[in-house]
Amino acid sequence: MIALTLQRMGRWALERLERLGRSNLFLLHVVPGLPGLLARPGLVVQQTFAIGVLSLPIVVVAGLFVGMVLALQLYNTMVDFGAEQSLGPVVALSLVRELGPVVTALLFAGRAGSALAAEIGLMKATEQLSSMEMMAVDPLRRIVAPRLAGGIISLPLLSAIFSAVGISGGFLVATGLLGVDSNAYWSQMRANVDLFDDLANGVIKSVVFGVVVTWIAVFEGYDAAPTSEGVARATTRTVVNSSLAVLGLDFILTALMFGDDT
Amino acid sequence: MADGSSLVEIRGLRFAYSGRTIFDGIDIDIRRGGVTAIMGPSGTGKTTLLRLIGGQEQPASGSVRVDGMEVSRLSRRQLYELRKRMGMLFQSGALLTDLSVFDNVAFPLREHTRLPEEMIRDLVLIKLQAVGLRGARDLMPAALSGGMARRVALARAIALDPMVIMYDEPFSGQDPISMGVLVKLIREINDALGMTTIIVSHDVHETAAIADYLYLLSEGRVVEHGTPDELQRAGSRWTRQFLNGLPDGPVPFHYPAPEFGVELLEPGSSR
Repeated sequence: MIALTLQRMGRWALERLERLGRSNLFLLHVVPGLPGLLARPGLVVQQTFAIGVLSLPIVVVAGLFVGMVLALQLYNTMVDFGAEQSLGPVVALSLVRELGPVVTALLFAGRAGSALAAEIGLMKATEQLSSMEMMAVDPLRRIVAPRLAGGIISLPLLSAIFSAVGISGGFLVATGLLGVDSNAYWSQMRANVDLFDDLANGVIKSVVFGVVVTWIAVFEGYDAAPTSEGVARATTRTVVNSSLAVLGLDFILTALMFGDDT
Repeated sequence: MADGSSLVEIRGLRFAYSGRTIFDGIDIDIRRGGVTAIMGPSGTGKTTLLRLIGGQEQPASGSVRVDGMEVSRLSRRQLYELRKRMGMLFQSGALLTDLSVFDNVAFPLREHTRLPEEMIRDLVLIKLQAVGLRGARDLMPAALSGGMARRVALARAIALDPMVIMYDEPFSGQDPISMGVLVKLIREINDALGMTTIIVSHDVHETAAIADYLYLLSEGRVVEHGTPDELQRAGSRWTRQFLNGLPDGPVPFHYPAPEFGVELLEPGSSR
């Protein structure tokens, strides 16, 4: 019984490791195709539109509500310490350092990542990728590379928009509902949010998340079994794996970038 | 018509997939300029054979030579150069669903040539005219019937004027009119463009009507080969069963099972 359980655990671990290895090899084959995209910017623009611009509505709406809720929650605690005039920097720091990159990446995984995996998986199931290979067109360069580039460009921009909209939402609630002084909201924010320590670190996070989420999505799609069940599984795995990867990496990046401040 | 020399030479080909032997030492010659059909029951690896010729699969042993080149030994770049001279029509058509009919046919031209758009337009219209779908150029693949999708895929496959074109089950699931159109197109395009054609199919009558030479595969081996007439006249019992579509014969109607009477009388069995 114990031997069987150990055997199962071992097999499970080996399968995961094998997939991880395959996904790394996959990335190694895709990356050399990225410079070639400079000669065909149209492909990247098309994908950035499909992946990034079409994700805007969900990111803007989510950002607005997250910013508003954040202002409400933080105000209730801060008012006890007479620190409610510092609401601006606290909302901004929470969004720029943490919630902006993380929540946007999670939304991105659900909205764009799943669509990417399903699209590529279906192209495989309907022999479109095979037919491209037979037309001497490498699908890794023609299909996967532009999507990877589009995802890596889109996520940092979406994160910035999420944070900006969130800060504005926080401002609306703080000044309109809670009576915080609007000058204090902005001036304290300007004084306490650092371009390099805070903004740049947020950008680094969102670039890392952009690479990881898009990588997982295109790999899962490309590696999917060419059946409807295989595509469904690839889509689910994309959302689950990329969400977990984002949360895990967020902890590691936060510890690396902000760990020495505390 | 065939000029005698072989464009594709397969010798002693062995191939296994998931532990199951698909080919167990087969020899096939595809003559230049002719229409050669590879036929056999479902599941005999006919599509796999096309994938081996196109270099999408690697043989376990044996050789597959196309135009004198050993496919499995080519570098990626050489393989892609060879594929530019090969056209393949997939069973589903495999059109790119986000591109219109026009853009699908233009796809290989845009990827592999630096021709100006006006010339690409003319070439695409010539190819679409050849398959009778010039008027459908603005439609999206989802708006096409199965037969039309295959004709568009055919126009795309001949866009770069390949030396050989491979058809994977071109007639399956087609209504009689589409079938007739495809049969006529395959022969005409082969003769008009001086190409070599390989058809993989189990539609006996349509394929035998246009093929110059037939190979019959079963259980990983070439069972018989010859011109359609030769096979009809001198074929084995299995060949005649296959070519005439007889329900019973060397290939039995029943899947292997215990004696029916014994099984019916088996006590206490629920299935």
